[in-house]
Amino acid sequence: MSDSISKETVVKVSRLARLSLTPEQAEKMTSQLAGMLDHFRDIDALDLSDVEPMTQPYPLKNVMREDVEAKSLDRQEVLDQAPAAESGRFRVPPTIGFDV
Amino acid sequence: MQKLVEIVAGVTSGSTTATAVVDEHLARIKAREGEIHAFNLVTADQARKDAAKIDEDVKAGKAVGALAGVPIALKDNMCTRGVETTCSSKILQGWKPPYDATVVTKLRNAGAVIVGKTNLDEFAMGSSTENSAFGPTKNPLDISRVPGGSSGGSAAAVSAGFAAASLGSDTGGSIRQPAALCGVVGVKPTYGTVSRYGLVAFASSLDQIGPFTSDVRDAATLLEVISGHDPMDSTSIPQPAASLVSVLDHGVKGMRIGRVTDLPEGCEPDVLARLEAAFDAMRNAGATIVDVKLPSLQYCLTAYYLIAPAEASSNLARYDGVRYGNRVDAADLNAMYAATRESGFGEEVKRRIMLGTYALSAGYFDAYYGKALKVRRLISDDFARAYKDVDAILTPTSPSTAFKFGSKTDNPLAMYLCDVFTIPTNLAGHPAMSVPFGVGTDSMPVGIQVLATTMGEQTMFKVAAELERAS
Repeated sequence: MSDSISKETVVKVSRLARLSLTPEQAEKMTSQLAGMLDHFRDIDALDLSDVEPMTQPYPLKNVMREDVEAKSLDRQEVLDQAPAAESGRFRVPPTIGFDV
Repeated sequence: MQKLVEIVAGVTSGSTTATAVVDEHLARIKAREGEIHAFNLVTADQARKDAAKIDEDVKAGKAVGALAGVPIALKDNMCTRGVETTCSSKILQGWKPPYDATVVTKLRNAGAVIVGKTNLDEFAMGSSTENSAFGPTKNPLDISRVPGGSSGGSAAAVSAGFAAASLGSDTGGSIRQPAALCGVVGVKPTYGTVSRYGLVAFASSLDQIGPFTSDVRDAATLLEVISGHDPMDSTSIPQPAASLVSVLDHGVKGMRIGRVTDLPEGCEPDVLARLEAAFDAMRNAGATIVDVKLPSLQYCLTAYYLIAPAEASSNLARYDGVRYGNRVDAADLNAMYAATRESGFGEEVKRRIMLGTYALSAGYFDAYYGKALKVRRLISDDFARAYKDVDAILTPTSPSTAFKFGSKTDNPLAMYLCDVFTIPTNLAGHPAMSVPFGVGTDSMPVGIQVLATTMGEQTMFKVAAELERAS
């Protein structure tokens, strides 16, 4: 197996991505990601020093408009689809006391 | 398969009714949907109501739209107000959007009748629909084979006659590849042509909505309806929709058609034989075949599978169990996020989120994502050079015909290779479409891909129409 990515890195990345992987999943993910990253080494042969990065295909400029009042989504219709809502707001578990 | 343009003509002239047309399609769904599984949801009652309304309008002499009475299926990653939209993911199961996607509004305004939401690889990540959380779609031409993906349900729905047309989304080939595998026409328009407002985002710099139809004329008709500037999508090109139906009979006389001499390897010989036949057809119709080189194309998989997962890892951060979809409760917020995402996302989605998060993370950004963006530029520059010498390019759509279920599921890279001919246009932002052009040695359809430069839809449709005449 390739050493291009370690299991420790995979576990760290899974925390960044807010995905909790079991040890078995982390093992499998490490081997699959390593296989892909090996394949992706094909671009290492290219000299890219003078190449401008391309982030999107169309030369768009930022779109500005007047700040005018307009109809928005119906609040109740939005909240009705949330896992938990209360008094016109989304309800979430305690936000302090966690450990990352 | 009933043609879209014939349905519109029949319904508006009164020789048939929208109700009769919708009932025919719903009857076909009833007969075969059990074995095909093209849909996550069939909206039969609403479809009958919408059809009845069209019939009333026709009877009353009111003007009806360009798609009057046409049964259309929508990929289940396009928002429909009050109607479940799942992306074939457990994390969104049961979610009813509070608004319609712009394409949905446009379809309704044109008199189309939406018959249901079609199955896809979860969050459009895959090439076979085997990544759907609700089970795969079968290819209507041979149910032991995949329909392609990710818009496999939309392709199957048209191929099986469940809908006269459908919409899909294409990030790396997700319209064109299933169109090829199911023997229908599939179009990925120029990036920014069709509004993405209400399309659940996968990779925002690559995603584009487009049509599936049974022929080129229907595709042109439907694309004209859904194209055009939308202030709700900041990447929407501020230009009116191009006229496409009007150019279909123009032919290709005098056109220069590109043959890529350094096409990435791995294409099946029977597919390459059909490509040669397509060049012969173009030559017979008066076009010149010109060799072009696209040397950076061999790096397209690497660029795509770094850029698309990077964008996806950011876009899919919104599924946090707070605002929509499902939640797995836990003691604190962070534990809730992780538990929700662990249970809600399937394996392929997690793999891409991981790959994307890694490619964007400190210490690896320059080596992976940064480099991929530069390779994207090289590919775009290759195309720009080629389009100085040619008007359009032909390639296979997919390296093979429809493959058997399970044959690529153990090896993510083998599945990714299905997209090798379709990915480059997404990276460049160009239009491309797949046109059925004969069959392979297994009697399954082969799709030929027509590529053109940015906003080159008219040229692309002229070539596609000529290919169709020769097939």
